[in-house]
Amino acid sequence: MVGALNAALRDALREDDRVLVFGEDVGRSGGVFRVTDGLQAEFGDRRVFDTPISEAGIAGAAVGLAFGGWRSVVEMQFDAFSYPALEQIVDHVAKMRERTRGRIDMPITIRMPAFGGIKGKEHHGESPETFYVHTAGLKVVAPSNPGDAYRLLRLAIADPDPVIVLEPKARYWARQDADLTTGGFGIGEGALVRDGDAATVFTYGAMVARCLDAASVLADEGLETRVVDLRSLSPLDTPLIARCVRETGRAVVVHEAPKTLGLGAEVTARIVEEAFEFLEAPVRRVTGYDVPYPPAALEHRYLPSVERIADAVREVVAY
Amino acid sequence: MASEPDHWRGTEPLRVLAPDGTAVGDIDVGLAPDELRAMLRWMLLARRLDRECIALQRQGELTVYPGFEGQEAAQIGSATALGPEDFVFPTFRELAAALVRGVDPVQYLAYHRGTWHGGPYDPRATRFGPICIPVATQIVHAVGYAMGLALDGTRACSLAYFGDGSTSEGDFHEAANLAGVFSAPAILFCQNNGWAISVPTERQTAGEIFRRAEGYGFPGIRVDGNDVLAVYRTTREAAARAYAGDGPTLIEALTYRIGAHSTADDPGRYRVEDEVAAARAFDPIVRFRSWLESVGHIDGGVLADWEGEIESEVLAIRDGVIAQPAPPVEWMFDHTYADPPAAIAEQRAEVLGG
Ligand SMILES: Cc1ncc(C[n+]2csc(CCOP(=O)(O)OP(=O)(O)O)c2C)c(N)n1
Repeated sequence: MVGALNAALRDALREDDRVLVFGEDVGRSGGVFRVTDGLQAEFGDRRVFDTPISEAGIAGAAVGLAFGGWRSVVEMQFDAFSYPALEQIVDHVAKMRERTRGRIDMPITIRMPAFGGIKGKEHHGESPETFYVHTAGLKVVAPSNPGDAYRLLRLAIADPDPVIVLEPKARYWARQDADLTTGGFGIGEGALVRDGDAATVFTYGAMVARCLDAASVLADEGLETRVVDLRSLSPLDTPLIARCVRETGRAVVVHEAPKTLGLGAEVTARIVEEAFEFLEAPVRRVTGYDVPYPPAALEHRYLPSVERIADAVREVVAY
Repeated sequence: MASEPDHWRGTEPLRVLAPDGTAVGDIDVGLAPDELRAMLRWMLLARRLDRECIALQRQGELTVYPGFEGQEAAQIGSATALGPEDFVFPTFRELAAALVRGVDPVQYLAYHRGTWHGGPYDPRATRFGPICIPVATQIVHAVGYAMGLALDGTRACSLAYFGDGSTSEGDFHEAANLAGVFSAPAILFCQNNGWAISVPTERQTAGEIFRRAEGYGFPGIRVDGNDVLAVYRTTREAAARAYAGDGPTLIEALTYRIGAHSTADDPGRYRVEDEVAAARAFDPIVRFRSWLESVGHIDGGVLADWEGEIESEVLAIRDGVIAQPAPPVEWMFDHTYADPPAAIAEQRAEVLGG
């Protein structure tokens, strides 16, 4: 996935000379996860540059650059380190178009390694999506595989509105033949990644792979589970969600973020609004807990496991 | 004579010992020979333990570990200068200071072992705050603590450690401004080690860090951070000012990070080896040891004794770290709230049941 993201940045820098890439350690070092590797060497330090450690400065500067017609693609080094920039993101990045009555585009892409699963330290395993999804004016995407990572990042950069790209760091090293072209889906479209009729599991990010594992376990028991990669967290693909629930009658939502006001709350609400009469069982959520992301030694007890996911599916099927 | 690291250029730092270990200026910092020797022993222990931690990380016994080789004088000189009532707010790189403050190293390393977030040591008992990862955020805490000391009328101060990179964050500036306005008894202690991951100081900040204090209305001092005596004296004076009600001080200690930013980092991508080799000529331990030897405070016999002692101390810490059990899963739920709401209690029960 790192290679696909790197290719997306390179192609965007090549195609549009108003694209800038900046952030902490993205230049000489190529980013702590190497997503920006080699870009400064190819495009020079006027277009790809290191900034001081200043997240609010990075996001705020992107706003000012957008007034001048630049397209900034910035990196927040880790999920939790985007919090110092929340004020700029929530108060300005997200609202400037509205405030200027559409006169000023905010084509800003904010990338960040997100979610857990790599035995990181405190502040290195956050699932910050709710903050961003809850903020009107932002789009939020979370790829689960290299091909989608390439395409979503290209779409984000091309978008006239700000897009938060949550890169599942546990999948950074996932290798897969990927289609690095720009044809296909748009932001706002989910993907059906495994078909089935017993129930639908809605998920995104690193949990997609885990839900697919759970689906294989369930298939051995004769339960064909549908898995939907939401891919775009804001806007959500409500038509796809509604269609899958109508077709399978049962739904489970899986994510790493704490349960309360996690994306599962929104997905469940939409299911109830759009497909209530098709439900044959209550919707179940399998999520992280309502506690801070734990230290490495307890991470496996916090993250939804194949077992917890499979149990939830069994439960909605047996209801 | 090797050339000084780039970020040391500019204003001459305060110095008591020259890099070759000869005294320059007033050598008497008010410490007895025993206390001076103890300081060297801390430095030797800290370096040996730091190297052990890097080895432990390579063996998979610790998660990512941030080394501090080269910064022993900056940490130990400053931590030694504090009184028992003073409170330290560290970053993630202050293991040496933690040792001096009496933090149990096995407990401290629980953080890097991945068994607990802040380390289970008691911040109140040790007067050493939990390890802090979001850079610069702890500086504001130190200032707040100092404001409380002033309100209480307690004759003590707080000290916040941070790196040069951290001075780019808004939090640094908010902390400095608050400290100035409230005349808080706080010491803002910057270990300028030349690098913030891959970014050198000159790409981090266009001015000299210690000079910023003037704009906030209090003194800023630049000290040779590889000179343990100069660091000790400077911190001591800052503490005395704080105790006397004269407000905060910003100290910029010029030092050098010999190793990588952390075990996850590869400095070969941005730093030339020559620079590291040159910086080794300014090693704080060699400098202090040779002065102690030259004045007869120490000899080969003592050093040899220490070597054995330190070795077994470090191995005991190592064994203690490795023997640490994984925490019980309920810990995840036990301290989110003083009085856990029902939903947490339910989630806890679910995890324990399943
Ligand atoms: C708010 C925030 N942003 C980014 C990071 C990631 N990060 C960890 S250490 C570091 C460099 C810190 O440099 P400096 O303050 O000079 O301290 P040093 O590591 O050099 O001791 C960065 C950018 C962080 N910890 N916190």
